[in-house]
Amino acid sequence: MAKPQQHHLVGMSDAAFYRVLLFFLAPAVIVYTTFSIYPLLDTIMNSFYDRQNDGSQLYVGTANFVTLLTDTTWSGPFWNAFWNNCKFFFIHMLVQNPIGLALAALLSLPVLRFRSTYRTLIFMPTMLSVVIIGFTWQLILSPLWGIAKMFLQFFGLGFLFGPWLGIESTALITISLISVWQFVGIPMILIYTALLAIPDELIDAATVDGLNQFQAFFYVKLPLIWPTIGLVSILTFVNNFNAFDLIYAMKGALAGPNFSADIMGTLFYRVFFGNQLQLGDTSMGSTIATMMFIIILCGVMVYLFLIQRRMQRYSF
Amino acid sequence: MLKTTLKTMLLAAVAVGAMAGAASAGKLTIESWRNDDASIWKDKIIPAFNAKHPDITLEFTPTAPAEYNAALNARLEGGTAGDIITCRPFDASLELFNKGHLAPLNDLASMANFSDVAKSAWTTDDGATTFCVPMASVIHGFIYNKDIFKEVGVEPPKTEEEFLAVLEKIKANGSYTPLVMGTNDQWEAATMGFQNIGPNYWKGEEGRKGLIDGTQKLTDKPYVNTLAALAKWAPYMGDGYQAQKYPDSQNLFGLGKGAIYAAGSWDISTFRAQNVNMGAFKAPPPAGASDCYISDHTDIGIGLNAKSANAADAKVFLDWIGSDEFANILGNELPGFFPLSNAKVTLSDDVAQEFVNWRGECKSTIRNSYQILSRGTPNLENELWNVSAQVLNGTMTPDAGAAQLEDGLKKWYAPHQK
Repeated sequence: MAKPQQHHLVGMSDAAFYRVLLFFLAPAVIVYTTFSIYPLLDTIMNSFYDRQNDGSQLYVGTANFVTLLTDTTWSGPFWNAFWNNCKFFFIHMLVQNPIGLALAALLSLPVLRFRSTYRTLIFMPTMLSVVIIGFTWQLILSPLWGIAKMFLQFFGLGFLFGPWLGIESTALITISLISVWQFVGIPMILIYTALLAIPDELIDAATVDGLNQFQAFFYVKLPLIWPTIGLVSILTFVNNFNAFDLIYAMKGALAGPNFSADIMGTLFYRVFFGNQLQLGDTSMGSTIATMMFIIILCGVMVYLFLIQRRMQRYSF
Repeated sequence: MLKTTLKTMLLAAVAVGAMAGAASAGKLTIESWRNDDASIWKDKIIPAFNAKHPDITLEFTPTAPAEYNAALNARLEGGTAGDIITCRPFDASLELFNKGHLAPLNDLASMANFSDVAKSAWTTDDGATTFCVPMASVIHGFIYNKDIFKEVGVEPPKTEEEFLAVLEKIKANGSYTPLVMGTNDQWEAATMGFQNIGPNYWKGEEGRKGLIDGTQKLTDKPYVNTLAALAKWAPYMGDGYQAQKYPDSQNLFGLGKGAIYAAGSWDISTFRAQNVNMGAFKAPPPAGASDCYISDHTDIGIGLNAKSANAADAKVFLDWIGSDEFANILGNELPGFFPLSNAKVTLSDDVAQEFVNWRGECKSTIRNSYQILSRGTPNLENELWNVSAQVLNGTMTPDAGAAQLEDGLKKWYAPHQK
């Protein structure tokens, strides 16, 4: 058993130690409690109440959840939003993260010139406002004045062009790919940093053993960065299931046509705040928000218990 | 416990805010979704008011239309909303009044200047209390480019048949988009499409009231026919209209690249600014119709935040909103918004005058989803957006569309469950 003073900073009394502890912990505790934990608990509380016409709240137990999951008026849009959200996530996992990985692998090649220029350019869209991203891409893809149409026509491929953002079968995919374009910089930077942390000796040894660049990447580097790829995946999952802004900016709260681009975030917004003649419903809105929280929580737990624990970590 | 503490803190913050407001006595802020009109409020309306009441300072603080309802609700709940609230018609404002956010305005002297129909959009169901001063209505119809009509050699159509013939001729000419409208934003399809031509099919107020008392269903002929008429527009709308947004449509017509624009009268000022040589024609009635009907929708009212610290000054302003002077400023400075008061107003804009002339030729009605029918889930207005856009996109038949509308309404509205 370690002696208590070993936990302390040198020459500090217990009282002074706790003051330091409080000093460093308090800001985070206060900020997170006020802006994260309290609103979360209050939202969950709200989902057990029904707001009456006179403004008072009536405790209804889990009735809101039963309505959301069993009444077709609610469950239809809810599952539609859920599946759309899954598609949104799968497109990010299948397109954004592999491209991010490939870009990071290219950036870490020792022979690459203009490395930091590429890195900055690819990371740039991540820092732009979604409103600007949405507006710009709508202009690019506009069937009236968009450059995408002219570009395809220039190569004689004009027949391939369609009003992708306005067609039920393509709207969500198009928006997902725009989101991929915006956020591909994040997996790239995270994986790139992990690749830089791999000691040169390992690569040198692999080269001496006769591996070329590709083999060295797949057999040496990739196994070492699995934990980072896992982290990137879980970040993608959480961000995608909380997504809202890009779809709202491009398609409005009804996320049409025929709710084909509706995800949990837009459904929540529409229910909680209302739309045109639909009045906001704080109880059902909170119920949807709570379901979003539960879904994200389940996803994160699956990751933590099934994947992260089995992951091997190497220290150099 | 935590909740109570936080509420106390919020209340304290509101109280401090209120005191700060009281310090600058006579300053009123106006909440509105009409950000397009900000300069007219600043340069014309507020100075005209201040000429009579120099001691009351007004500030016009608009929010983007799509966010207005949500943002206003949040600000009213949080106690940070402005003194004067621009009112959406019917249930959105009725809900605000029932929650105690809007003050009753029965005692305003200028309320006498408005008819009951004008006040209906901001009066309780029992007709006892009016909570917003009716400000303006908008009329639906079609705006056309006179130069293009001359070039192609067509006249404004008087019947639906003529309307389709004109569209066909412009399409054959090939240089212009015959009918300018997009379905990306969905509300255009419902508002400028369905609600624009529909009153001719369901005979205006007769059909609207029939839906409310349950004697008519949305699967009845007039409604299916409206959707079927809408579906016929698709071949004449521009390339890729499925992804065309409302501002795209405005630009397309404003730049003289489109011949006919499915309009709300509020678009007049936009096109005036772009110097379009334009005229207007009302929704062309279908074959065999003897009367014509127009959508003359009570759209804007203005009311008082019940928690305003400057209620007395605000009432002075609201009373002035009901005056003949304001009706004249509004009608002429905002062509396309028509005053709802009984004041005699002469309009200087000929297209706006054309729209308002239809009131004499046809019977007026309001949009059928606005009163009572959008109180439940699924919301009829949202359903109309979705269905109209899909019918125009060709992904849904008029029959299927009408069935979806009726099914949705039947789920919660008793008169339709019989």
